[in-house]
Amino acid sequence: MKGDESVIVRTVIRLMAPFIQIYGLYVIFHGGGGPGGGFQGGVILAASIILYVMAFGIEEGQAKLTEKINMIMRTTGLLIYSGIGALAILFGGKFLDYGAVPLPFIHHIPEVRAILIDGGVEVGVGITVMAVMVTLFYEFYPGGSIDD
Amino acid sequence: MKILPVVVALLTGALLIWAGQDMPDFGDPDAPTNHHVADWYIEHSEEDIEVENMVSSILADYRGYDTLGETTVIFTGGVTVILLLRGRGH
Repeated sequence: MKGDESVIVRTVIRLMAPFIQIYGLYVIFHGGGGPGGGFQGGVILAASIILYVMAFGIEEGQAKLTEKINMIMRTTGLLIYSGIGALAILFGGKFLDYGAVPLPFIHHIPEVRAILIDGGVEVGVGITVMAVMVTLFYEFYPGGSIDD
Repeated sequence: MKILPVVVALLTGALLIWAGQDMPDFGDPDAPTNHHVADWYIEHSEEDIEVENMVSSILADYRGYDTLGETTVIFTGGVTVILLLRGRGH
């Protein structure tokens, strides 16, 4: 199915998509300081891809974010999360006990926990949620699941 | 025989309404459910984890296993949709 939206819609979405993505990243990384987090930010990131596909068609959308990269991201996000949990075991803590991970230059345990939550766990959740949302859209979109 | 299911449904509904009379008010700050672990989280979240947003500190740290499970559920959902839908027409 080819995207046959008007020039106005295409131009507006082409302009809006980067800002939506920046906002999605902001929501993910701001999860520790205010409302937000990986789940919400991931959905906002996926919304930018979905908007793009609705205006430009599935071929151009999958050229921007191929199903293969999407598959890798889907797995990577979960691996980041459980990897941080396993890292804590390696350094002598319990599973998901972020405070046990020795970060360079930071020795204050609550700060280590905060950094790993904001920069690790939330990012992992965000990547997985984004990739799964895009997967759902690709699979249900007419003609979306033909490649590989 | 159509009357029996209606009677069972009405009886169950009446039982639930009767049992619900003893429930604490909705959002009651003195309700037991609001004092199980919530007090600990509210008092110690700031010194345990330097995340200003208490929701995030509970979600990702105190209840880390739960959130890992949630992410796994979403991941599994995505994989299942692919497994079910990608074979269409074959």
